[in-house]
Amino acid sequence: MNKETVAWRLAAHTVLILFSLTCFVPFVLLTMSSITDEQSILQHGYSFFPKDFSFEAYEYLWQQSSLIFNAYGITVLITVVGTAASLLITSLLAYPLSRRDLPGGTFFAFLVFFTLLFNGGLVPTYLVYTQVFEIKNTLWALIIPALLMKGFNVLLMRTFFMTTIPVPVLESASIDGASEFKLYYKIVLPLSLPIMATVGLFQALAYWNDWNNGLIYVTNPKLFSLQNVLNRLMSDIQFLASNSDFASNASESIAQLPSETFRMAIAVIAVVPILIAYPFFQKYFVKGMTIGAVKG
Amino acid sequence: MKRIWKYSPLYLMMIPGIAYLLINNYLPMFGLVIAFKDINFAKGIWGSDWVGLQNFKFLFQTSDAYVITRNTILYNLAFIVINLIVGVGLAILLNEIKSKFASRLYQTVIILPFLISMVLVSYLVYSLLSMESGFMNKTILPLLGVDPVSWYNEPKYWPIILTAVEVWKGAGYACIIYLAAIIGIDPEYYEAATLDGASKWQQIRKITIPLIMPVIIMLTLLAIGRIFYSDFGLFYQVPMNSGALFSTTNVIDTYVFRGLLQLGNIGMSAAAGFYQSLVGFVLVLASNYIVRKFNKENALF
Repeated sequence: MNKETVAWRLAAHTVLILFSLTCFVPFVLLTMSSITDEQSILQHGYSFFPKDFSFEAYEYLWQQSSLIFNAYGITVLITVVGTAASLLITSLLAYPLSRRDLPGGTFFAFLVFFTLLFNGGLVPTYLVYTQVFEIKNTLWALIIPALLMKGFNVLLMRTFFMTTIPVPVLESASIDGASEFKLYYKIVLPLSLPIMATVGLFQALAYWNDWNNGLIYVTNPKLFSLQNVLNRLMSDIQFLASNSDFASNASESIAQLPSETFRMAIAVIAVVPILIAYPFFQKYFVKGMTIGAVKG
Repeated sequence: MKRIWKYSPLYLMMIPGIAYLLINNYLPMFGLVIAFKDINFAKGIWGSDWVGLQNFKFLFQTSDAYVITRNTILYNLAFIVINLIVGVGLAILLNEIKSKFASRLYQTVIILPFLISMVLVSYLVYSLLSMESGFMNKTILPLLGVDPVSWYNEPKYWPIILTAVEVWKGAGYACIIYLAAIIGIDPEYYEAATLDGASKWQQIRKITIPLIMPVIIMLTLLAIGRIFYSDFGLFYQVPMNSGALFSTTNVIDTYVFRGLLQLGNIGMSAAAGFYQSLVGFVLVLASNYIVRKFNKENALF
């Protein structure tokens, strides 16, 4: 190994370590803040090395909030149901579109593709969902608008089906008397696990992180996802007290509320599942991102 | 007829997906007429009176139209340039790392910000910039002997803050995509160059960058096609919807949202949305036309 290679490798490590730290350190600050004593925060601000530790925020979170647990439940529910439904209808549309012999296939494919280029925008979409379908303040509002099926994912799956599933296999199964539905779930789905994992991960992440639909279509705190609770807490910490079990003596509970650390504690419990799950899925995720970029 | 019948199970499968597209994507397109109407819910959307270009006239008479257009375009231009430089730079460096373990570790960490929601990003930014307890005001600035800054009231800092947040959140994603392109390059080019005595820097300039140019061009033109859109979360959540900052944080997406849900000004909001959709569409067509000029393979259509 010559001098130049060593120098380059050293430089690469230095830059990447610095950048990685920038990416990671804010999470450390967040976590440390959540286990700092509230008084200490008020005096010295958020710190990586707090003077006084306290798990008060987590204790509060534990004894308190039906609201937080409810929000966690809503988030898990929409993530599971939304991702499953999304994979089903996306693959059910992508499979027929991948069949070159389908009459009218190009027309339907264009119908999907055009949604990537042009849309009606927020105001008409909002009016369709609230005036025509009246999904305001329902669970549907967290699952359906914008998230359920994305044209891009349909095209991604279609390309995958076209390039990896050999036509002769489909043909011979069809000659053996398999129906189209049987072809779909006995042959196409089992051969498509990589793309299912990729799209599934993208969708699960989109549902877990979604705060937009909640902000636009939901005003009832019982239907708030974790992200929506976080969203409200940032602007209005009293929101929690007014929706807690202690609503009757709200003024007292606000006084006791470790507000700054409590915010950070909820942020921590919202991000931890992603941090734990991600390393297991990294392989698929990176592959999926690159398929997406190359096949556009 | 018989042929269509044979395919009927396939059409049946497509029904849920097509129905969703019609509801979620196509029905709202008809709603674009709202921009030309004086919406009155008592009369319904179709029954409301036509007002021609009145909504647009109001929109473009205010200074809002200028501010949101300027902000949207300038931020996007900055994002395109900086994401390109940082993404390609990180990818080239990451490609130099030969240890599988280290490379995987770096990739995992720099993609973390991409995985979290903008609400959480706004919490992270708040822990740095909060007036009373933020890390900047309480720890960094006192060390430098500078007075605390009221970040959420000072518009002048936000072009830098928002750009930094955007790069922080998006760099990992861009890096992985460029890295995939670099890994696809045939190693023989580098072997030959090394034999000829080319330095690393020359190899990067003469081999790596020219060979990933198609990916760079494609991603850049796609971004230019979307220059009239912005990440709503970045511009709404991260500045905490602070009114004092609107001069440097308001973009078309946040303007439309506030017009619709906070001010109830549906006409003007719809006009701004229409302006965005239409110009956005023209820009997508134009950038696709340019991609085709460079390389038909990379064009979207």
